[in-house]
Amino acid sequence: MRLTRQDIEGVAHLSRLELSEEEMEKLTGHINRLLENFEELQELDTDDIEPTSHVIPVYNVFREDKSRPSLPPEEVVANGPQVDGACFVVPRVVET
Amino acid sequence: MNRDIYPLFPIPCSLTMIEYEPVIGMEVHVELQTESKMFCGCKVDFGGDPNTRCCPVCLGLPGSLPVVNGRAIEYMAKAAIALDCSITPQSIFHRKNYYYPDLPKNYQISQYDNPLGVDGYVEITVGGITKKIAVRRVHMEEDTGKLIHVEGNFSHVDYNRSGVPLMEIVTMNPPPPGYDQIQSADEAREYLQRLRQILLYLGVSDCKMEEGSMRCEPNISIRPKGQEKFGTKTEIKNLNSFRSVYLGVEYELKRQEKLLREGGTVVQETRRWDDSRGMTASMRTKEVEQEYRYFPEPDLVPMRFESDWIENLRSSLPELPMAKRDRFISQYGIAEVDAEVLVDSLDLANLFDNTAKHTKDPKAVANWITGEFLRLINATGTAISDTKLTSKHICGMIDIIENGTINRNIAKTVFEDMFNTGKQADQIVEEKGLKQVTDTGAIEAAVDKVIADCPNEVERFKAGEERLVGFFVGKVMKETQGKANPGVVNKLLKEKLG
Repeated sequence: MRLTRQDIEGVAHLSRLELSEEEMEKLTGHINRLLENFEELQELDTDDIEPTSHVIPVYNVFREDKSRPSLPPEEVVANGPQVDGACFVVPRVVET
Repeated sequence: MNRDIYPLFPIPCSLTMIEYEPVIGMEVHVELQTESKMFCGCKVDFGGDPNTRCCPVCLGLPGSLPVVNGRAIEYMAKAAIALDCSITPQSIFHRKNYYYPDLPKNYQISQYDNPLGVDGYVEITVGGITKKIAVRRVHMEEDTGKLIHVEGNFSHVDYNRSGVPLMEIVTMNPPPPGYDQIQSADEAREYLQRLRQILLYLGVSDCKMEEGSMRCEPNISIRPKGQEKFGTKTEIKNLNSFRSVYLGVEYELKRQEKLLREGGTVVQETRRWDDSRGMTASMRTKEVEQEYRYFPEPDLVPMRFESDWIENLRSSLPELPMAKRDRFISQYGIAEVDAEVLVDSLDLANLFDNTAKHTKDPKAVANWITGEFLRLINATGTAISDTKLTSKHICGMIDIIENGTINRNIAKTVFEDMFNTGKQADQIVEEKGLKQVTDTGAIEAAVDKVIADCPNEVERFKAGEERLVGFFVGKVMKETQGKANPGVVNKLLKEKLG
């Protein structure tokens, strides 16, 4: 499988990345070399191996349903690039 | 035109007109009533000042790690079991990636190909017909923050709701054999109401549509009757009450039908219900199939549900609304309409159940509860759980009606008094002197007085105007402050008036 220039543009858009012409060329090459590596992996026979969704063999890690204090609102918004009182301010986006 | 052949076979209008049938899919989101959020210890609550229930986890700050709330899993598993779903033995979380400021992580932790529960149903009854509406999946995710649109081209973001445990329940369209799908606005509303009843009985959510703890997004299409392929569907958002669900679905069905009849086509889109204008309008979003790039959530380990755990949950389920309704009908012999009213609220059902099993007359109990009790509840705006009236009160009152201490009319006064004061029936009767007069002498005196006072009516009665008997009974009752035994009054009147 090879990703085309168009695929890369699509993925860049979904990730909200603005790429220059040069970067676009470079990344298309990179990602296709990566995919080639995966193709090599896919030659392995994995018929008898259970699909893995996690790398460590641990299951059912649950927390007790107890609440604990939250951050003070001024700390919550401390990193916000634009803030109004205790709210983050974002550009108005059409609802999706 | 040759009239001999043509009018013999008039073509009925209905044959030339295509008949359409609706197909409605329902996606319901329910916030769980846990103490803390899905993946962190922030409190779950409604309202409050913005961003007061946030921490690094639900703000998606780098380096923070989610940990699953065990009770949320238990609640969702209970709900899935109550909907007759199979619980997936091994279930995992996925990341649903998208860029929108309602979630600060740029992904929502959700479920994808291993939802917690699959293949269930919700039973509905509309117009006397019972259907099993097929449910495809019940899955777990986290709720998003709220965007508050303000003046100008900006929105304020409040992340208090971000990370609240959220359960998604989706119907199966088309349904498997033996099951149905929603096909009308009535059925859509009924489906939601039944689902809400079940979840309220389980105690897993407060299901308040007006507060958004229960939200539904129906998708709607119509197709020519008999056609297997679905028509193009639209999705409706912003339905904040059962009423608007009904109106919104009804509106959209009519709109699509009109469009098709006029030769147009339905565009796949999301439409927003405008409650004040009573119509849906396009949200004008580019309807590209969202590319969510799901992948297994690496920060959370898989979950395995042992059959013992599932069976334990199953046996811990309370009696569900439909089962309770059927039991009330068979055990107590009450009418189906009364049973429906009673089971609509668990508090009401319990009040009835606890009272009915201690009396010989469950039908009377059903009448008092669905009648006077609900009237007083509505008139005073009291929550059923906050009333002073208990099953002991109602039993006590029915006892003293049965043994003739009070008559049914006085009982209404006593009932209202019990409701307002929490006093027992016999105490109220004692204090207010409401005891029924069965003493023939006292009633006879009242009857004589009425006859003496109303010579005209007596005359008319004797002349054959028999319906006046009601007038005399009323007068005697008034004389005795409503306390006379109606049987004795009738008997005496009959004797005296011949």
